[in-house]
Parts: sequence; C-alpha cells; structure tokens
Amino acid sequence: MAALYPLINLYYAAIQDRLGGDPVEAVIHFTGIGALNLLLISLLITPIGQRTRMSFLIQFRRMIGLYAFAYALCHMLNFLFFEVQFNLQLFVDEVFERPYITIGMTAFLLLISLAVTSAKTIRQKMKGHWQTLHNFIYLIVLLVVIHFYWSVKSDISGPLTYAALFVILMAFRYKKLRRLGEKLFSRLQDLVLTFGNGP
Amino acid sequence: MLIKKVAPGDCKESEVTDERVYLSRRTIVKKMGFIGAGSLLASSTATAGLLDLFSEPSSPIVFKQRALQFGAADKFAGTLTPEAKVTGHNNFYEFGVEKQQPAELAQGFKVDPWQLKISGEVENPLTLGYDELYSSFALEERIYRLRCVEAWSMVVPWIGFSLADLIKRARPTSRAKYLAFETLYDPVQMPGQKSRRLGGGIDYPYIEGLHIDEAMNPLAIVSVGLYGKTLPPQNGAPVRLVVPWKYGFKSIKSIVGIKFVEKQPATTWNLLAAREYGFYANVNPAVDHPRWSQASERRITSGGIFAQNRIPTLPFNGYGEQVAGLYSGMNLKKYY
Repeated sequence: MAALYPLINLYYAAIQDRLGGDPVEAVIHFTGIGALNLLLISLLITPIGQRTRMSFLIQFRRMIGLYAFAYALCHMLNFLFFEVQFNLQLFVDEVFERPYITIGMTAFLLLISLAVTSAKTIRQKMKGHWQTLHNFIYLIVLLVVIHFYWSVKSDISGPLTYAALFVILMAFRYKKLRRLGEKLFSRLQDLVLTFGNGP
Repeated sequence: MLIKKVAPGDCKESEVTDERVYLSRRTIVKKMGFIGAGSLLASSTATAGLLDLFSEPSSPIVFKQRALQFGAADKFAGTLTPEAKVTGHNNFYEFGVEKQQPAELAQGFKVDPWQLKISGEVENPLTLGYDELYSSFALEERIYRLRCVEAWSMVVPWIGFSLADLIKRARPTSRAKYLAFETLYDPVQMPGQKSRRLGGGIDYPYIEGLHIDEAMNPLAIVSVGLYGKTLPPQNGAPVRLVVPWKYGFKSIKSIVGIKFVEKQPATTWNLLAAREYGFYANVNPAVDHPRWSQASERRITSGGIFAQNRIPTLPFNGYGEQVAGLYSGMNLKKYY
C-alpha cells in the first residue's frame, strides 16, 4: 500500500497539470526511480531476513517485486503514451537505436517473465526452473542501473549511488553469485567443447 | 515572423494556472511523492544519504521582478507557454540540475549591481551596469520558440535588444571572428557551482560562443525580460542571450562577459560531450542526438499528461528563412 499511494497521487497530480513544467518528464522519472527503489528493496529482504531470522519478511518479497513490476510497467507505458505519444514507429526506432532504451526494455521484458511466474501454483509447477528464472533478477537490476546511468546528461552521482547500493546488495550474495557464475562458466565450457568436438 | 502551428492539444490563455497556486501545489505534491517513495527506503540506514538527496531547503525569499517599458510584439495568434512553466521549468545547472530547482534555489540571487563587460577585439570596449542593461538600447518584445536539446520546446515572449546593436556599438576589429560569452562565476550565490552533485559535474563558469555573422543576425537578441517584466533569476537574470534557431543551451544565462576573439571559442557542453553537443548546435531534425531523436519535440503548454503535444521539429527551429543563409555550403551533419 505504501507503494501504491504515491503512484495514484502522482497520476492525479499529472492529470491536473500540477507536476511542474513538464509533467511527462516528472512522471517518467518518478516511476523509473520508483521501480529501481522497489527492486533494491526486494533484494534487501532476503539478506535481512536471513541475518535477523525475521523470516516473515520473505512473504513481502513477492509483493514488492510485483510493485516494482507495476512501476516499471507505468514507466514504459508513460514513455509510449506520453513521451512518444503512440507514434509506434518512433517507439520501435527509439527502443532499437538508443542503447539506454534497448537495455531498459531488455530489463523490462525479463521482469515480465518474472512477474507472470510469480503465482504460487506456477512456482510449484516450475519446480527448480523457477529459481533459475528468478535468479535473473540480479541481471535485471544491473541492467536497470546501467539504463539509469546512460540516460542522464551529466550528473552521474545519482546513478553511482544506486550502483554502489547494488554492489552492496550483491556482496551479501557473494557465495551464491560465485556458484551461479561457476555453473554458467561450466555450461559455457560444455557448449564450447560440444562445438569443438563437432563434425 | 513567427510561424506557429496550433496543435489540437494546445491550451488557451484562459487555462493558465495562477503561478502561486501552481507553485504551492507543486511543492505539496512533490513532498507527498518523496515521502511516499522515501518511506519505503527508510528501513535501511544505508540509504539515509540517499534520502538526503530529496530534502530541499525551503526558500522564504521571493525574487522581485520589475515591469519593463518596451515595444510590444505584434498581436500573437498562437499559444504561449504559460508564464508559470517558463519560470518553473528551467535548465540552469548553476542552481541545480532538476528542472524545478532553479526556481527554488535562485530566489535570493542578487542582480544589482551587475557588470556586463564587452572586451577583446573591439575598438570600443565597454561595460554595462545594471541600469544600463535596460536603458542603453531600444527594448522590444520578441515571441520566439525555444527548442531544448532534450526535445521539448516552449514559446516565450522575451524582452530584449538586438545583439547586433551591441556589436555595432563595440565596433569589432577585423580580427573579431567569434564572440565568447561567459556566465557569472559565484559559488556563494550559485549552489550548483559549489556542489558537483547539484551542478551536474560540469565545469564552471559556463561558456558559450557564436560566430560573429550569427551574432549579427537580427534574430539574435540579448534578453533582459520576459512576460513584460525583468527576467527572474531562474531564466538568467539580469541579462541573457536568446538565439532561437539553436538549441537552448546556446542561449547562455546571467552573462558577465562578451569577448570578441579570432578563434572559435570553447563551449561548455561541447567540452563535456563533443559527440553529443557541437559548437553550432543548430536545431536540426535530421541530426539526432546520439541518445535520442531530434525529429520531433514535445511542446510544453498546459493541460497535464493527456495534452497531446508532440510536433515535428523544423530545421533551424522554423527560422530557416532568416538564418539558413549563414550556413550555405556547410555540411550540417558534420558541423552539428
């Protein structure tokens, strides 16, 4: 609820033209930063829950993740509706031509796959694959931080702060990430060997 | 002179929000938004520094503008950008990189006394004091489109005098090929010059430049006011440049120096990112910014997010008839 209220408030103000000189920019920035904040909070829950034995926190993780998705969805739709104003050609061109938008869109598409598989029944059906898929959250947040960094004109202190927070959150997961990295590496190695031994 | 296409979403003058209502609502909404988003972060002490980014000093002082005497522009049929948006949505990094920050942080800015020094390759170097900015040349109103390099635009009723008149008075020598402009450097008054975070990490003082032929073009003006009054600080008080066929960052604010020079002078944004911002910076829909399209722009009027206002960008911001001749034979893709 704490995440929903600012969003409603934001759109109310934006529709009333009470969001400063350029409500479009204000709405896009607000939802973008909001999504990143929520993603970082979702990444904070696991280490806090484990270290403080407040395992009940974990049950909020999915909710926060879904709110992050809602913010990201608004962010993307705002760009489509209000920035390029339904000019689909311009939208597609911008997504493919501007690296920072390409990377943001990639993160968003990955986030969709996480959001649609978040229901309990789907999670049970997916078994081990679910965790593999949801480990992509680390990549998503990394992409979002890069997206933010590339989108600013000159002041990079904001993006750098987020990058630092991301690194800290990843440091909590050093062992897990190393395991994932090793797994990925050995798979790549297998792949290379398979090709190498081919006809 | 002004060719204005009226988009269906354009506002009527009657829709303009009273400035005070607008500014107070803006503050309330912003605070609510940040408290909302901020409270989510508040659980972590590691992010305390982050929340500090969002705290803003309140400014009880309000800058006082004076009414000006000037030759009014012909009756204008198009839609102006409401005054509250012209004075509330500014790129003036000396007072913060956020669009609303200059209006918040510049209210205490002192413009009197002021000295605008004209020097370099001229026979008649001169310095204009604060009062002389308004009394030395004939003031007239010019309604110009302002196209920001960030792909938004406004329509602003400026008041000012012709830059050519100033140049003629200074009597440039044959060696004067360019004009180098400089903004005030005063970190005490301009918090963005003191803090790299607030000031976007660019080097100050802000500097800009024009070829002398561009500067002599009748469209180029030295502005001292807008909407019938002296400039507020966030728009570059007390004196700024307006070159409407170029991206907004060329129109340097709060100028203290104009130097006539032989070589093309360095310019702030070009120094920061030469690939993204050229010396000429003429509005050109055919040359994209590396990170976004310049083919169209969002015209800022009023009406909130549902006001449809994306319009095609015109070469030289629609002033090609008056200025294209300056660049005949020049490869505008190379000299962007």
